[in-house]
Amino acid sequence: MSRVRPFGRLRPRSRTHVLPGFGLTMGFTVLYLSLIVLIPLSAVFLKAASLSAGELWQILSHRRVLASLEVTFYTSFAAALLNAVFGFLVAWVLVRYRFPGRRLVDGLIDIPFALPTAVAGIALTTIYSENGWIGRYLAPLGIKTAFSPLGIIIALTFIGLPFVVRTLQPVLEELEKELEEAAASLGATRWTIFRRVLLPELIPPLLTGFALAFARSLGEYGSVVFISGNMPMKTEIAPLLIMTKLEQFDYAGATAIAGLMLLLSFLLILTINLLQWRTSRRMLPR
Amino acid sequence: MHIHVKDLTKRFGGEDAVTGVTFAIEEGKLIGLLGPSGGGKTTILRMLAGLEQPTSGEIYFHGQRVENLLPQKRGIGFVFQNYALFRHMTVANNIAFGLDVQKRPRKETKERVHELLALTGLSGLGERYPHQLSGGQKQRVAFARAIAPEPQLLLLDEPFAAIDAKVRKELRTWLRELINRLGITTIFVTHDQEEAVEVADEIMVIHKGRLEQKGTPWDIYKEPQTPFVAAFIGESNLVEDCSRLKGFERAGGAKAMIRPEFIELFKFGETSLLSALEQGVVRSVFFRGTNWEVEVETGAHRLLAYRSLEKETLQAGDEVGLLIHRLYRFDDRSGSMVENTGKTDPMPIFI
Amino acid sequence: MAVPARAPAAVSRTSPRHLSEPAWIRAVLIALALLFLTLVLLLPLVTVFAEAFKRGAELYFASLREKNALSAIRLTLLVAAIAVPLNLVFGVAAAWAITKFRFRGKNLLLTLIDLPFSVSPVIAGLVFVLIFGSKGWLGPFLADQGLKVIFAVPGIVLTTVFVTFPFVARELIPLMQAQGSAEEEAAASLGAGGWRIFWKVTLPNIKWALLYGVILCNARAMGEFGAVSVVSGHIRGKTNTLPLHVEILYNEYNFSAAFACASLLVLLALATLGVKGLVEWKHGKR
Repeated sequence: MSRVRPFGRLRPRSRTHVLPGFGLTMGFTVLYLSLIVLIPLSAVFLKAASLSAGELWQILSHRRVLASLEVTFYTSFAAALLNAVFGFLVAWVLVRYRFPGRRLVDGLIDIPFALPTAVAGIALTTIYSENGWIGRYLAPLGIKTAFSPLGIIIALTFIGLPFVVRTLQPVLEELEKELEEAAASLGATRWTIFRRVLLPELIPPLLTGFALAFARSLGEYGSVVFISGNMPMKTEIAPLLIMTKLEQFDYAGATAIAGLMLLLSFLLILTINLLQWRTSRRMLPR
Repeated sequence: MHIHVKDLTKRFGGEDAVTGVTFAIEEGKLIGLLGPSGGGKTTILRMLAGLEQPTSGEIYFHGQRVENLLPQKRGIGFVFQNYALFRHMTVANNIAFGLDVQKRPRKETKERVHELLALTGLSGLGERYPHQLSGGQKQRVAFARAIAPEPQLLLLDEPFAAIDAKVRKELRTWLRELINRLGITTIFVTHDQEEAVEVADEIMVIHKGRLEQKGTPWDIYKEPQTPFVAAFIGESNLVEDCSRLKGFERAGGAKAMIRPEFIELFKFGETSLLSALEQGVVRSVFFRGTNWEVEVETGAHRLLAYRSLEKETLQAGDEVGLLIHRLYRFDDRSGSMVENTGKTDPMPIFI
Repeated sequence: MAVPARAPAAVSRTSPRHLSEPAWIRAVLIALALLFLTLVLLLPLVTVFAEAFKRGAELYFASLREKNALSAIRLTLLVAAIAVPLNLVFGVAAAWAITKFRFRGKNLLLTLIDLPFSVSPVIAGLVFVLIFGSKGWLGPFLADQGLKVIFAVPGIVLTTVFVTFPFVARELIPLMQAQGSAEEEAAASLGAGGWRIFWKVTLPNIKWALLYGVILCNARAMGEFGAVSVVSGHIRGKTNTLPLHVEILYNEYNFSAAFACASLLVLLALATLGVKGLVEWKHGKR
C-alpha cells in the first residue's frame, strides 16, 4: 500500500546539519558582523597601536583627561548605585503588590530605553535648571543640580533605570512561594524571611543589573551633555572630551581615550556575561 | 529486506551514543526500539530519519543507500515525542502540509485530509488549532500528518510518553490496529517494556548504544541473550551463586537471574517432588490483584515468587518448599537459560 | 547593553497575609516607588510637552513645519528606512544560524553581536571617522573619488546601522532558542525545503518578536544622537537628523521649537512602548 517514492540524488559529501540554510545564514552573519562591527572597532585599536607607549601615556595622563575619566566614573557609579536601590524597590513593588495602574507603570519603565537621549537631556536640564520645576526649590537650598555633577548623576539615573528593574523582575517572578511558606512555618518574621531567604537569591541579578547600568552610564553622551554644562575638569565627561578632540582633529588623543574606554567596557561585559552565565540565563546548548 | 542498517555509529563530542548497530527489517513490520533513557534509541531513529548524521555506518532503504540523504528525500514519516505540530496552522493544514509540499492538486489534498481525519477519529476538528486539543488528539494529528504523504517508513519517537496513562492504553491499541491496516513499515522508540511487548511484532533492545537483542517479545522473554536483556524484561531475582540451589548443582557457580513466575511455592503436601525443593520461610505476602506476591527466605537468599489465588493463602512465617523451574545463568557478556535438573524426581515416593 | 528579554509582565499574586508585609508597609513602599518613578520618568515626559506648547499650539505646529525641521525629519526617516531593514535581515539570518544548528563558538558569536550595545555612541562615531574621515584610512581614496562619507548622509547611515545592529537579533534569539527546532524538523521530514520551512513554519512563530525587534531598532535608529553627532557635521538642512536638530534649536535658546521637535520623538517612544505592550499581550494569549 505504501507508495515507493523516487529517491533524491545522493549528495556527494556528508552534511553536518539537517535543517537547510546554515551556509547561507552563517556566511551572511559573519560577513555583516565583520563589515559593520569588527573591522570598524579594530580601527580604534589599530590607531591606538600606532601610537607609542610614551605618547599614549602622555595623552592619558593629561589632567583634563584624567579629570574627565574621574567624573565619568564616579557619576556612573553613583547613578548605578541609586538605580540599584530604587530599581530594587520598583521591581519589588511591581512584582509583589497590586495597585491601580500597575501594568501601565510597568510599561513605562522602558521609556529610558526607547527615548532618544537628546530629548531626555534637554527635558532634564529644563526641570533641574534654576527656574525649572524642581530646580527652583533646590536653588535656595544651595543645591546646584544643572551644570554640576549632581545633574549628571540624575541624568544617568534616568538612563540606567530599566536595567536594574528588568533584570530583577524575572527573578522575582520566579521565586517560589514555597520557600517563603517554609520559612514562615518555621516561625520566621517577614523581615527575617526577606533578609535570609529572598535577598540572597536577589543579589546576583541585582549585581548584574548594577553592572549593566554602570556600563551603560560610562558611555552615555546625549542625556548628559545638556545638563552637565561640560566644564572641563569639573563636569566634562570622557565621551564629550573624545568629541572635542575629534573636532580639533586630534585623532590620536580621541583614539587613546576611546581605546581605554573600550577596554573598560569589554572588561565590564566579560564580568556581566560571567555573572549571567553563572545564573545560567544565557547558556546556549551546543 | 526493506530497511537494512550496517554498523551504524554516532559520536557526540567524545562519546559514542550509538556503536556498531546492525539490523534488518522486513517490509510492513512493526518494530519497537526498547531500552532505558539515554541508551541511544532515539539517536538511531533520528539517523534513520535523516535528522542526525551517522559518524559511520550505512543505511539502506530497499537496497538504496540513504545515510547521506536529506530527510526531505527519504520518504519517511516522523512523529515527534512532543508532537511538533505547527502551532499556527489548523489541524487540517497541519495534515495537508506534506501534501502541499508534493504540490498535489487542491481537491486531492482536501479529500485525503478528510479521509485521514476520519481514519484517526478527528472528524470535525479540522479547523481547530493545536492548543485547543487534548494530548491524545494532538498525537493523532501528528500521526495523520506523518502518514498523509504515504511514506514508506514510519518513525515514532516515544509517541505516548507525554500522554496520561489511561489514554495511553487506548491509543496503543488504536495505533497497532491502524498500522496493521495500513501496512507501513514502522519503527517506534519506547522505554516502556509493557508497551513494546504489547504493540511490536519484534523488539530491539538497545542499551548504551548497542543492540543487545532483536526478536519477538516471546523470544526475548524466553531466551534473553545478554544479562541486560534478561534483567530489563520482566521481573527478576538476582542470586550470586546458582550452583548452591537444588537442581542446579551442575550449572557451575555463577550469577543467575530467577523470574518470580518460574518459582513455584508448595505448602506441605501440595507436591511429591520433595527432593527438588528448596526449603524456605515466608517473610511477607502482598496482594497484587491477579496473584499474590510472596517474599520467601531460603538459606542465604530472599526471593520474590508468585502464588496463584486458587491455592491456599500463605502467611508470614509459613514454611514452604520452592521449586525453581529454570533460571538465567550469566557471566559478564552472555548467559543462557538453565532448566532445573531435579524436576524429574529420581526418587519418586510411592504411597 | 543587554536588557534581558522579558516574558510578559506576570500578574502579581495576591499574597496571603503570612506571605506579605503589613498593609501600611506596602502602601509606603508603593508610594516611594511611584514617587521615584514620577520624578525620574514621568516628569521629563510631561516637561517636553509642557515646554513645547508653552507659547501656544500655533507656534508648536509652525516649528514642525519649518524648513530645516522638515528636512531633519526626512533625513531621520531615510536613515531609519535603510538601517532597519538591513539589521532586520541580519537579525533573522543570525538568529537562524545560531538557534537551528550546532556549532562551536556560539557564545563568542553572541558576545560579538552584543558589542555595539556596549560601545559608547561617541566611540561608535569615532570609529567611522577613523576609517572614512579626511585623515582616516579611506579618507584620501574617498576624496579622490569625490565621495563623502563623514559629514554626509552615508556616514550617518553607517553609524546608525552600527548602533542598532543587535536589536532584532537579540529579540529573536532567546525566543527561537526556547521554541526549539522540532517544528522545523517535522517540516523537513514532510519534504519541505529551506525557504518553505522558514516562511510557513518559523516566521509565523516569531512574528511578534520580530515586530518588536523592528520597532525597537527603529526607535533607536531615529533617536540616535551621540554617534550621529560625531559624523554628521551638523550642516543645517543637509546632515541633521531630528535629534541633532533639537540640539541646535536648544543651544540657540529656541526652547519651544526644540521641545516641539522633541515631542515628536517622545511620541515615537510612546508608540514603541505601545507596540511592546501589544506584543506582550499577544504572547500572553497563546
